[in-house]
Amino acid sequence: MTTRRQMIANSAKLAAMLTTLGLIPEASRAEVAGYNTAAFDAKTMPDLMKALGSATPVESKDVTITGPDIAENGAVVPIGASTALAGVKRMLLLVEKNPSMLSAMFDVTDAVDSSFSTRVKMGQSSNVYAVALMADSKVLYAVKEIKVTLGGCGG
Amino acid sequence: MRPLCTLILVALASSASLAQQKTAADAIAEYRAMLADDNPAELSIAKGEDLWKKKRGPKNVSLEQCNLGKGPGVVKGAFVELPRWFGDTARVQDLESRLLTCMETLQGFDSKAIANTPFGQGEQLSIEGLVAWISSESKGMHFNVPQQHAQEKLNYELGKRAFYYRAGPYDFSCASCHGQPGKRIRLQDLPELTKNPGDGVGFAAWPAYRVSSGELWGMQRRLNDCYRQQRFPYPGYASDVTIALSVYMGVNAKGAESVAPALKR
Amino acid sequence: MADPMRIRAQVAGDKATVRVLMAHEMETGFRKDATGKIIPPWFIQEVSAQLNGKTVMTAQWGPSVAKNPFLQFSVKGAKAGDKVTIAWTDNKGDKRSDEATVS
Repeated sequence: MTTRRQMIANSAKLAAMLTTLGLIPEASRAEVAGYNTAAFDAKTMPDLMKALGSATPVESKDVTITGPDIAENGAVVPIGASTALAGVKRMLLLVEKNPSMLSAMFDVTDAVDSSFSTRVKMGQSSNVYAVALMADSKVLYAVKEIKVTLGGCGG
Repeated sequence: MRPLCTLILVALASSASLAQQKTAADAIAEYRAMLADDNPAELSIAKGEDLWKKKRGPKNVSLEQCNLGKGPGVVKGAFVELPRWFGDTARVQDLESRLLTCMETLQGFDSKAIANTPFGQGEQLSIEGLVAWISSESKGMHFNVPQQHAQEKLNYELGKRAFYYRAGPYDFSCASCHGQPGKRIRLQDLPELTKNPGDGVGFAAWPAYRVSSGELWGMQRRLNDCYRQQRFPYPGYASDVTIALSVYMGVNAKGAESVAPALKR
Repeated sequence: MADPMRIRAQVAGDKATVRVLMAHEMETGFRKDATGKIIPPWFIQEVSAQLNGKTVMTAQWGPSVAKNPFLQFSVKGAKAGDKVTIAWTDNKGDKRSDEATVS
């Protein structure tokens, strides 16, 4: 599988062929103009920051990640990213152990608070990050571990 | 229950910095509370209200004259009094069964075809929306499933027999999981359904949006899946035994507050 | 066209809290159907919000956002009677736009 992925990175034609054979997900074929496919394909923090053209993130008490300690079902996990700091350009929500780290990316304008909540799918227990990309190029984050259980056959 | 013990130990260890140590059950209650507002079931509720009022089917008529037990078109409070006896069909019917009756007699749909449609497809999706909306119109009200008519009483007794009936390769009955208090499977509490398990629990928690499949489940689907888990053959959709079971559970839950449509794992 | 969203926008001080539920499968493209074939990815990629016609927020989403997605954010300077519009576009080019009044 690793070998295939390296080939894909080098050859769009091969990727198209493998796509039609149903062998790789077609997630990289974006329809929306300006969609940052590279960011949503990134599997590690360094890859993600590179795709976003951003610096290495630094942990900060001024950024908050909210979410449950235990998610009964990884299909729907409520998480939120917020900061009271001024000068925020973007807020990101990341799930470290997902096939791709980046779940959602919010552009902040003067008209909204730097505070966004959504619900994400988590494949397994994992660290979840709230990242703030600042106008002065700083990148700040907060992290929280969320455990994902299976639950039983009831309910 | 090794994995559970490990989980609780880890959960306790990771929250050691908090003044109050959280159990796994508390943490899961918190998770459920976070999802309680903005339940995706609301999307089904909106669809259901639309479907009730829309002219549909071969007869191009809406469901607004459907009698759910409190008179034609009366939806508020109907859910917490179902299943009940209906004179026009001369039988005890639950919500899904009654919707099949109305969709056929008022709108001209083929109710047998709908009963044979798999869950989550075709007109079963319409029923999903309808049960979500109809149950939401009784939200906060208390279950009062009637036991006046002889057939209603008979269904209660049938339901009780069915509840305790052991069969299938594992010799399970409903009571195997739901016949005693304080039981659970992994982290899922199993409500005791031989009595009133409380507001918004057990019978009073369905229909519900099931997070694990992202779908709205009515009681018929819930019972169908119980049968699957017991390794029984599937019951007929809206069959007598499923209605009888609902009468048994519904009467046992008398007074419980309905929270439907709820949110479930 | 996709089913309508449910949008709630409530005034809280000099802001409005907006809560949205969208109807969408959000298929990741990693799941397989019963025959073993990959179910193609189908998910909302772009979300935008407007207050009285002016864009106040845009977002890009990946397929790991949960099915029937939820979104909550806070708009500054919103008053009762203002119009909030939410629009989304998915990876197949399908769109949906719904409007609610701030209460």
